[in-house]
Amino acid sequence: MSAAEPILSVRGLSRRFGAIAAVREVSFDLWPGEVMGVVGESGSGKTTLLHLVSGSLRPDAGTVLFRDRQGAMQDIQAMSEPARRMLARTDWGIVHQNPRDGLRMNVSAGANVGERLMAVGARHYGNIRGAAEDWLARVEMDLGRIDDLPRTFSGGMQQRLQIARTLVTHPRLVFMDEPTGGLDVSVQARLLDLIRNLVAVLGLSAIIVTHDLAVTRLLAHRLMVMQRGQVVETGLTDQVLDDPQHPYTQLLVSSVLAA
Amino acid sequence: MDTLPARPATDPGYNFGYLDEQTKRMIRRALLKAVAIPGYQVPFGSREMPLPYGWGTGGIQITASIIGPADTLKVIDQGADDTTNAVSIRRFFARVAGVATTERTAVATIIQTRHRIPERPLSAGQILVYQVPQPEPLRQLEPREAEARKMHALADYGLMHVKLYEDIARFGRIATSYNYPVMVNGRYLMAPSPIPAFDNPKMHRMAALQLFGAGREKRIYAVPPHTEVQSLDFDDHPFKVWRADRCCDLCGAPDSYLDEVVTDDKGGRMFVCSDTDHCAERRGAGHRGPLAGHALQEIAEGKS
Repeated sequence: MSAAEPILSVRGLSRRFGAIAAVREVSFDLWPGEVMGVVGESGSGKTTLLHLVSGSLRPDAGTVLFRDRQGAMQDIQAMSEPARRMLARTDWGIVHQNPRDGLRMNVSAGANVGERLMAVGARHYGNIRGAAEDWLARVEMDLGRIDDLPRTFSGGMQQRLQIARTLVTHPRLVFMDEPTGGLDVSVQARLLDLIRNLVAVLGLSAIIVTHDLAVTRLLAHRLMVMQRGQVVETGLTDQVLDDPQHPYTQLLVSSVLAA
Repeated sequence: MDTLPARPATDPGYNFGYLDEQTKRMIRRALLKAVAIPGYQVPFGSREMPLPYGWGTGGIQITASIIGPADTLKVIDQGADDTTNAVSIRRFFARVAGVATTERTAVATIIQTRHRIPERPLSAGQILVYQVPQPEPLRQLEPREAEARKMHALADYGLMHVKLYEDIARFGRIATSYNYPVMVNGRYLMAPSPIPAFDNPKMHRMAALQLFGAGREKRIYAVPPHTEVQSLDFDDHPFKVWRADRCCDLCGAPDSYLDEVVTDDKGGRMFVCSDTDHCAERRGAGHRGPLAGHALQEIAEGKS
């Protein structure tokens, strides 16, 4: 697989909810190792787009092709349910905005990290525990809390746990929906630093949906601006943020409060 | 203990076996499907029975559907033949089906059970009917029924190991001691009803047919004779049966499943076989435990 071939190829993706066109004719490619940010105001279709691309929602029209480990392009919609589930636990990872959606709140942190391993067939307790400890250390969590329930964790710790749980099976493509939403600024900064490091070290491809332009400036190589279900502008992050072309993007960039 | 099968007259006010013939046919169809797909939960139209949910409405409906005039019925509750539930279900079938009842495992053709498998190995031709409170092994882990069924359909059972992982992380070993999840025929994850994990190995390749009925949850499932039944475990934490490290105080059995019985308020206790028929049989054959004979006699006579 060369970097010249996209890992994800989206063409003409559309989805309506009744009279509302949530996503209209979205097309893009994502290359290996690339982090793409999707920005826009609330209700602009960012999260729906993420659901469509990750296969949890069926589009009305359009295709999503994903390059598997063998290098073949797979049509996500045409895949069988078991194959798609397998893909979602091995090659993909999803980090939800609310860690409660991504974590099992009634089992310990270690079990949360180990769940994906057990789901793909790991049956050696010592190895699963070792992997859980390794990943908790990598997301800078205290190993003494490996047997604690996630609900006893702070918001930032829950989010880090969710990231550990997602990355334990070494996915190649990670979807993040507002990964820093609801966290205070200092925790946000640490989390962003962590995500940036992990993405760089592991060579992940990622799609990050956010309304926070500062997050995209730190993490994303490329930016896609959405308004009312349509992509109004794409380009390199710095280029879009420093020289916005579309009136909506200009509004978005100018409305950021300078600290 | 009744040793000679007595045949009481059937109550003429009821159809044979209490249920009407159409209901029995419906349950038999569900049973055939269950036997054809070992471990798969077949939905069925569970009827109201003259006893409350949780007292064995599922088991009693299966027994009513398969019982014939020539059958001999044994009912056990926590291993015992003489508890209220066991006695009343036995009396129920004696009245509505006129079948012979027994407390002896060896002569019974149908054994309806709650929470135990008899110690004596069952033979071909016998049928073991389990009363099941919760047929879905994933219920505690995955509350959505639709998702749980999808997991069964796709044999997607990693989640069950999360539960076992939690056990080891908290207690250092798999602490699940009853209703221990099993894989049937290498395909379906199954709740063996709340039998102790001690009984799990007996299900593996059992010569008798095993039927499971959950009345409230309206599910029937089955394990045909000689089917693989494996308890889930980890490579480095293999499945282990647990029993009290004692012998039966009445019959001296070193290998049966024991109940702990508190005998006074000074910390006195004794361990006895939970399977009363097994214990009586051993005592009949001359086996004696530490508290059998004079010691018991003294307690009975108030000397100690």
